[in-house]
Amino acid sequence: MKVSYYPGCSLHGTAKEYDQSVKAVSSALGIELKEVYDWSCCGATSAHSTNFKLSIALPAVTLFAAEKDAADVSEMMVPCAACFNRLKTAQYHLKKDGALKAEVESIIGRGDYRGSIAVRNPIDIIYNDIGLEALRGKVTRKLTGLKPVSYYGCLLLRPPEICEFDDYENPIMLDEIMASLGAESHSWSYKTDCCGGSLTISKTNIVTRMVNKLMTMAREADANCLVVACPICMANLDMRASENVRLPAFYFTELIALALGLSGPESWFKLHHCDPVPLLSVLGLL
Amino acid sequence: METFLEEVNEKIGGVPIQRCYHCRKCTAGCPLSFAMEYNPNRIIKMIQMDKRDEVLKSSTIWLCVSCETCITRCPNEVDIARLMDTLRQMTIESGIGAREKNILKFHEAFLSNIKLWGRINEPLMMAQYKLKSGDLFSDMAMGIDMFKKGKLPLLPPRTKDIKTVKRIFEKTKRS
Repeated sequence: MKVSYYPGCSLHGTAKEYDQSVKAVSSALGIELKEVYDWSCCGATSAHSTNFKLSIALPAVTLFAAEKDAADVSEMMVPCAACFNRLKTAQYHLKKDGALKAEVESIIGRGDYRGSIAVRNPIDIIYNDIGLEALRGKVTRKLTGLKPVSYYGCLLLRPPEICEFDDYENPIMLDEIMASLGAESHSWSYKTDCCGGSLTISKTNIVTRMVNKLMTMAREADANCLVVACPICMANLDMRASENVRLPAFYFTELIALALGLSGPESWFKLHHCDPVPLLSVLGLL
Repeated sequence: METFLEEVNEKIGGVPIQRCYHCRKCTAGCPLSFAMEYNPNRIIKMIQMDKRDEVLKSSTIWLCVSCETCITRCPNEVDIARLMDTLRQMTIESGIGAREKNILKFHEAFLSNIKLWGRINEPLMMAQYKLKSGDLFSDMAMGIDMFKKGKLPLLPPRTKDIKTVKRIFEKTKRS
């Protein structure tokens, strides 16, 4: 399948291992990515916190561009949960509010937005379009001994009528993807709790308290790592948790690549703040 | 004269907040309520009691990170996450200083970065935030570590059509 690809700003900076692992896994699973031409930032939390119209118009640039430059695709893959949420929200309001749509079209200078491209996270594409059977068939190194808890966070799921993702109180797609790689996915009650998001810079002590709770609860669930699909969750878990409670965190695509025997994981793991190599070495997975 | 409640309802443009029957599900699920001076349910009550100043000058409206747990669980579909956005915007527009100054300064640094290049350049955005907030020295070791890992490119990534991005900022100044 061929899809439009929106990396967003983080994947070209602090989350470059997410970008590289998404690309490696997509290629191995037969998903062709076409990067949206000349995309711009979605505005993230800072836009919607301070200016509603700005928070719709900024992601609209990307939505319009994707529709224009890819007549042959009907989906856009958005790995970052925050970008995913802002693009879905913009699409929701543009479809619902004709006056807002007309105004945004006039500001951007491009008319006739149809909303024909579905915004989707790679978890959803891999789970629903590729399928667990196909994924399992490509595993060359089972992730035996790895006991992740799946951490979905906020922005893939809420609000559900906009995100249209998974069960919003007990999502399971990521858990099942992990199980199909041979990992022993552990259940816990903090799948959809918040990591503190953008407060990480301006209110670091609050975020540390929040991620320490997540780490403590992951340990309580007898996990030895966490798996995520969001650069902000990853940054907070990886860099803000206290040393006495922290566990390594992985982007889910890094673990798929590891299980599929693709090249790249060793170099991506070097980019983590909390080194996952000791755990993977003990388990004989590297 | 318009009450604070009427003003807020008009700006949210959804379910009127007096539909809240104070079950406090929003507050039970709020991951930031431990750090807030007034919890989300209390903010709704205060709006109904016309406590404009106390609400707009509170830290609560800035500490909300828009995790959207409240609106997802509200039995009456009161959009508290949108309400918090609206209250922040009202605070900015009315010239009342943000109680959590550094949170607003972070948002300003983030947005001015987008306005300049169309995309976020993390090191430059952080430098802008540090100059605005005066918080110069936190996270230095982490910054150096990330730079060594090649995660902080010095050349800003750019959107070619930066004119459109600038026009968006210009035309959406008044919400």
